[in-house]
This record gives sequence, structure tokens and C-alpha cells, in this order.
Amino acid sequence: MGTMGKNRVDRVKNFGIFALPAIFVFITVVIIPFIYGFYLTFTDWNGVTDQKNLVGFANYVGLFKDSAFWSSMLLTLKYVFFSVVLVNLVAFMLAYVLSSGIKGQNVYRAGFFTPNLIGGVVLGFIWQFVFSRVLVNVGSATGWGIFSTSWLSDPNKAFWSLVIVTVWQLSGYMMLIYVAGFTGMSEDVLEAASIDGATGFQRLRQIVMPLMVPSVVICLFLTLSRAFMVYDVNLTLTGGEPYGSTRLVAMHVYEKAFTARQYGVGQAEAVFLFLVVATISGIQVYLGKKKEVEA
Amino acid sequence: MTKKKTRGLLIGTGLTVVFLFYLTPFVMVVINSLKQKRDIIKNPFSLNPEMGMSLENYAKAFEKMNYVKVFGNSLLITGMSTLIVIMLSSMCAYYIVRAKNKGANLIYALMIASMIIPFQSLMIPLVSIYGAKLQLMNNRGMLIYMHVGFAMSMSVFMFSGFIKSGVPVSLEEAAYLDGCSKFQTFAKVVFPLLKPTTSTLIILNVLAFWNDYLLPSLVLGKKELYTLPLSTYAFYGTYSADFGTIMAALVLTLAPILILYLFLQKQIISGVVAGAVK
Repeated sequence: MGTMGKNRVDRVKNFGIFALPAIFVFITVVIIPFIYGFYLTFTDWNGVTDQKNLVGFANYVGLFKDSAFWSSMLLTLKYVFFSVVLVNLVAFMLAYVLSSGIKGQNVYRAGFFTPNLIGGVVLGFIWQFVFSRVLVNVGSATGWGIFSTSWLSDPNKAFWSLVIVTVWQLSGYMMLIYVAGFTGMSEDVLEAASIDGATGFQRLRQIVMPLMVPSVVICLFLTLSRAFMVYDVNLTLTGGEPYGSTRLVAMHVYEKAFTARQYGVGQAEAVFLFLVVATISGIQVYLGKKKEVEA
Repeated sequence: MTKKKTRGLLIGTGLTVVFLFYLTPFVMVVINSLKQKRDIIKNPFSLNPEMGMSLENYAKAFEKMNYVKVFGNSLLITGMSTLIVIMLSSMCAYYIVRAKNKGANLIYALMIASMIIPFQSLMIPLVSIYGAKLQLMNNRGMLIYMHVGFAMSMSVFMFSGFIKSGVPVSLEEAAYLDGCSKFQTFAKVVFPLLKPTTSTLIILNVLAFWNDYLLPSLVLGKKELYTLPLSTYAFYGTYSADFGTIMAALVLTLAPILILYLFLQKQIISGVVAGAVK
């Protein structure tokens, strides 16, 4: 038995003092809205009044018929794929170089991490200026066709702008986690490999990489869940434009509910998004457990 | 040896180029915040614009953003939310670890499981319950309450991990025998021992609350309640063609957190890493 009280009265009192306030806030802010959200998907709530009518599965039918949702889901998958791969590639390389004892590596690390401290809203605006003003200016000064018009006015380039900003924002964060992985590695192992005649690349592939697997798993899932939920940068960098071509799924759900005022369908889409994210997290937990067993 | 040197030089150069790429956006914003619109359009790189450089844009942005008020709102909301979540989550984690009963374990499991819920699937019901039904929106206290609720599970998770491994029960028993109440024991003996986790959580929560946009945008509709990100967004909408002033507004929004980073760099970096790896 625990140590939170000698008798029943004492235990209830301690529960009330220590645990109840936190549990109350948590349940009212997270759990009740989560459950209530399922109920909302069966209603025609209009967003203003408290009145709702039950409409059966109409909102789920709406979800499947909403082609804009599926195209934004597809776009999000594409965005997530490229972001996750590029963020981790860049972060891993930076971390590799910056844990090799290079001069001033702490300054570099701190610098690369800086974008992470700043909210997505501001980052998006900064890059909007860079893409629509600075680079266009570079284009007209140098005659480079690639910068002649703003990247943000072309659907394909606007998509890549989003990816670039995401890589710029997240790679410094992942770099820190990889650096922690590299510095936690035993010097002896690496030295032994060198003595055994392993070249730089062999060492990286056969010794370093396997030891870095836990860090890679952490980073993959951190970037994965971040990229899936991205909203702020999307809002202020492209705003979903041009022609709604860069509207990622989080923005679509927001607009479905709060702009188009189809709250029921919006919530059904949010529930779908939850299922996707939950599946990914489930795989993460499963892989984590498997690792523990093997280790 | 020379081969190694060349390689080192190559890596050094590459690193510097990437580093400059990372910092350029910030530099561009700062330079252009000092210039007039015409000069910005002509050449955003110029350090010697025709109309000169001045702090005029800052004066305008400072006033139009209502900076003092907005900064105060952000400070109050971030500070109170962080303080409350640290207090409540450390006590709750302590209870969960020490009580070891079924109810406590159930709540703990619920908190862990809830961490996978994306904010998007809670925002519509939140507006429905706290806005349409209870009419509690447009209130800084409500935002603080929600911040606390959303940050609770991760904070409880990190505190309980630390308590399990780092706080010996024998210390508490000694205090208890000396006549301390359960709460006094916690406040005087246990809480000070949690300091490493407390500082990690302060850093993570402050960054998250300070930069948050979506939740505040749903809760705070009135201009006088705006936080920095909300005000920046609204300001951009109104003055989007006035580049110089916009850049000044962005610098004003960036500045507080960058200044903090300058002083607490080590703590922030290790805090963020600790939060991710756990």
C-alpha cells in the first residue's frame, strides 16, 4: 500500500490536496472535450448557439465527400514525408560535424537552434518577406529565372517553400538530440574501430549508425507528429495560397469549422486526423517496446 | 595529412555557408526594419539606403501594436500558466507515485494516453463547451486554465519519472516523524529535490505558452487581451504593405525570447533536449 495517508479520511484529504486540482483541470480541458468531440460529429451545431440536432452519420458522409479534405490530406502526407526526411538528414549531418570537436561548435549549435525558440507565426512572416521580396530582388539583380517571381505565387514552389522553412525551423532541434546521441557514445568503441582499421565511412555505417538508432527513432517521431499538426507556419507563410494549393490538413479542419461553419464535418475530419496520429504513435510505442526487449 | 586538412577546410566552409543561410532571414529582417518602404523594394540588401536608416519604424510599430499592453498580457499569461502547471503537476505526480493505488494508476495511464491527441481534435469541442455553452471565452483566466490543462500530462509524466527514481521515501518519513504534515513534507523536502525537472519544465512550458497562437486565437477575441503572436498576426493583416513597420514589429516580437536565450542558452538547450529524450 502507498504512503498517502494512514486511514481512509487521511487518504481522501491527501487526494483532495495533491491530486484533485490537477486532475480536475486535465479532465475538463482534455478528456471532456475529447469525448464531447465525438458527440459533436453526430450533430449539426452551427457554432454560435447552444442548440444542436442529431443528424446521424451525415457528417461522416460529408467527410468522405469532402474532396478538398482528401487533397489536403494527400498534400500533408507529401509534406510530412519530405519534411521528415530532409529535417533529419540535415540535422544528422550538422550534428555529426558539430560533435567532432570543431572550433566554436557551441556557437554553431546555439545558432542552428535559434529558429526553434520563435513561434511559427513570426517565422512564417519572416520567410514570406524573404521569398516575396528578398529573393525576387536577387532574381532581378542577377537575372536568375528561378527567383524572377515570388515562390509563394506558384503552387509547386510554394509547397517547397513550406518544406524549406520547416527544415530550417526543426533541424536545429533535431540536431541537438543527435548531438546528445553522439556525445553519449563511448569513445572507446570508436577508437577500437579506428585501430581495427575502419575508415571514416565504415565507422559511420557500421559502428556509429547502429548506436544512433534510438536517437533516430526519437527524432523521426518528433518530426512526424510536429509536421502532421503544423498550422502556424502554414497560416503566415502561404495562408494556404495560391488557390488553396498549400492548405495542409490542420488548416483545412480549422477553415471547415470556423470559416465555412460546418462544425460537424470539421470535427469528423478532426477525429479522422486523431486516428491517423494515434496510429503513428501506436507504431512508435510498439517499436520502442520492441527495442527495450532486444536491448 | 594534407588530405585531412583539405577535408577539414571543406567541412568548415560548408558549415559556414549553411550557418549563414540559417541566420540570413533574421539579418534581413533587422536590416530592413530600419529602412523606408521604397528603399526596401529597391534593394533589401543595401546597408546604405537613399532615405537613410532610422528607428522610425520601431516607434510606429511599438505604438500601433500596443506593445506595452500586449507584452504585459503575454507575460501575465505565460507566467501564471507556468507557475500553476508546475505547482499542480508536481503535487499530482507526487500523489500518483506515492499512493500506488488503482485510481492513481488509472489517471496516470489516462494522462499518458492523452498525449497523442492532436490539438485540432479538441479545438472545436472546446469552443462549443467553453464558448457557446458556458460563455467563458474572451478571458485571460480561461486561457491560463486551458494552457494548464494541456500542459498537465507531460508535466506530470516528467515529474513522476523523476520522483520514482530520485526521491527516497526515507527522507519524507524523517520529516513526517518530525511533525511535518504531508503538504509541508512535500513543500519543504520533496519539491526542492525536483529542481532539475522543474527547470526543464519551466523552459519547455514558457516557450510553448509564449509562442502559442492557435489556442489564444480561439479564446481571446478582444484586441485588448491579445498576446504577442496574436497582435503580430493582426498587425500584419493591417499593415502588410508597410514593409519597414512590419519588420520592426517582427523584431519587437522576436526580441524578448532572443534576449532570454542570450542569458540562459545553456539551460534552454539542455532543457529542450531533456524534454525530448524523456
